[in-house]
Amino acid sequence: MKLILTFAALAATTTMAFAETHSVVRMGTEGAYPPYNFLDDSGEVAGFEREVGDEACARAGLTCEWVTTDWDSIIPNLTSGNYDTIIAGMSITDEREEVIDFTQNYFPPAASAYAAMAEDADIENGVVAAQANTIQAGHVAESGAALLEFATYDETVAALRSGEADAVFADKDALAPTVEASGGELMFVGDDVPLGDGIGIGLRESDTELREQFDVAIASMKEDGTLNELIVKWFGEDADTFE
Amino acid sequence: MFDFCSDPATLDGIAWLACYLTTGKHMAFYGAFGTVLLLLAITAPTALAFGFGGAMAARSRVSPLRWLGKTYIAIVRGIPDIVFFLFFVIALDQGIEYLRHQVLCPDWDQPVRQGSDFVVCAAAKMPLGNAPQWVHESYGFALAVLTFAIVFGAFAANVLYGAMRAVPRAQVETAEAYGMSPRQTFRRITVPQMWIYALPGLGNLWMILIKATPLLFLLGVEDVVYWARDLGSAKTPRFTDYPHPDWRMWYFLALLVFYLLFTRLSELVLTRVTRRLSRGQATAGGEAMRRADLPAGPVA
Repeated sequence: MKLILTFAALAATTTMAFAETHSVVRMGTEGAYPPYNFLDDSGEVAGFEREVGDEACARAGLTCEWVTTDWDSIIPNLTSGNYDTIIAGMSITDEREEVIDFTQNYFPPAASAYAAMAEDADIENGVVAAQANTIQAGHVAESGAALLEFATYDETVAALRSGEADAVFADKDALAPTVEASGGELMFVGDDVPLGDGIGIGLRESDTELREQFDVAIASMKEDGTLNELIVKWFGEDADTFE
Repeated sequence: MFDFCSDPATLDGIAWLACYLTTGKHMAFYGAFGTVLLLLAITAPTALAFGFGGAMAARSRVSPLRWLGKTYIAIVRGIPDIVFFLFFVIALDQGIEYLRHQVLCPDWDQPVRQGSDFVVCAAAKMPLGNAPQWVHESYGFALAVLTFAIVFGAFAANVLYGAMRAVPRAQVETAEAYGMSPRQTFRRITVPQMWIYALPGLGNLWMILIKATPLLFLLGVEDVVYWARDLGSAKTPRFTDYPHPDWRMWYFLALLVFYLLFTRLSELVLTRVTRRLSRGQATAGGEAMRRADLPAGPVA
């Protein structure tokens, strides 16, 4: 009994001590955007960002826990404190900078691309599918094409296959495995479009300390080449890496 | 799961399917059915309790209580579910954290609202930021149960309110003639007899509640629809040992069968309960049963 009491008291004091800092950093991701992040066969978060995040946490001495959430509510859930970071292939844009903060990018500005079922697909005036609330959706809206928005990346590809859309516009790195696996059914059309300032970890604007920690960790991963190794591992030899 | 699953690429047919259907992700999918059933099992009685309380308040002779009951019914019934689910849960969560913040961190000098951020001290987080994931999930689940209970409680309150008024006036008058107090009349006469009038309405609500469970995903609970969507979407060989094309149709078909079977089962149970409750009641159903049970009388 005494032992239990001592233990309880100990637990209580450690909780108090830990409560003041980020003893556990909750990493919010979507889990539906391979190779950036996805759920593996056992239902765990996996992918490029999982490895980058775990490494950054290890370097910053943080204990991190992964949680998945719907893409549409990923920013509101961050600002209301349900998790502490967004690490979900989110491009750094001015629009998002107004609401949240980003670390320096851990993935260089990437090309976005169109994929379609036929070479002559009309990407300028046709119907183009993109995931809602992404820079790609913003780009399509500004182009002459009719934008068809979906909540997930998978649904945009499904819309293309069903003929609902003439093309899909997404991160080229997300599209590449899909195009590759389609066995010639899908292909890239048109030119690649560079968008955004790269991908960074999103944080609450009030959470400056945590941003510093991740910034330092990412900088050190860039310096010793770990980050480039991970990029090559997940995106292939041809992927853009940091200098 | 099985020993022969170590290298799925070499498998085909039944063996492949057996391995595929027992991946960790599929286990989570099957578990989600349990989550849905658990939600129903907890929400139904809670919503009924909310409904009973709401109906009693709406019938109360104390004006403020009556207003409270009627306002609850009117407001919740009038707001679209999806708005309630999106807005109310975040508001409830932040409300709880705000109260904890006031109590636990009185000497905090920064504002709670900083731009778009909602910032409370770490000790006031609910659950604590360093709590294990299952605590976060349970908390989310509890918020979901409460939200469902409040929404469906308002509808149940209206049903029960009507049912209480439907109990034949003669029954209540007789109770009064026997000298029972209003409280005794309510407990001994009104409540036991109202259920048969409430049952069709409550049965409806139960069916709608079953069908409303996919709203769980809006509340961040990983329910059957979430997993069906993830599992069914096309998978490329690089990211899984079990690549397959878009199979969402099959997964959603499975969900359709699940929901149909479940609502059918509910119908059967509701029919039995209706029969049971009709016995000895002053309703057409009860009267029909009484006649059927009568010994054959002399032919007129």
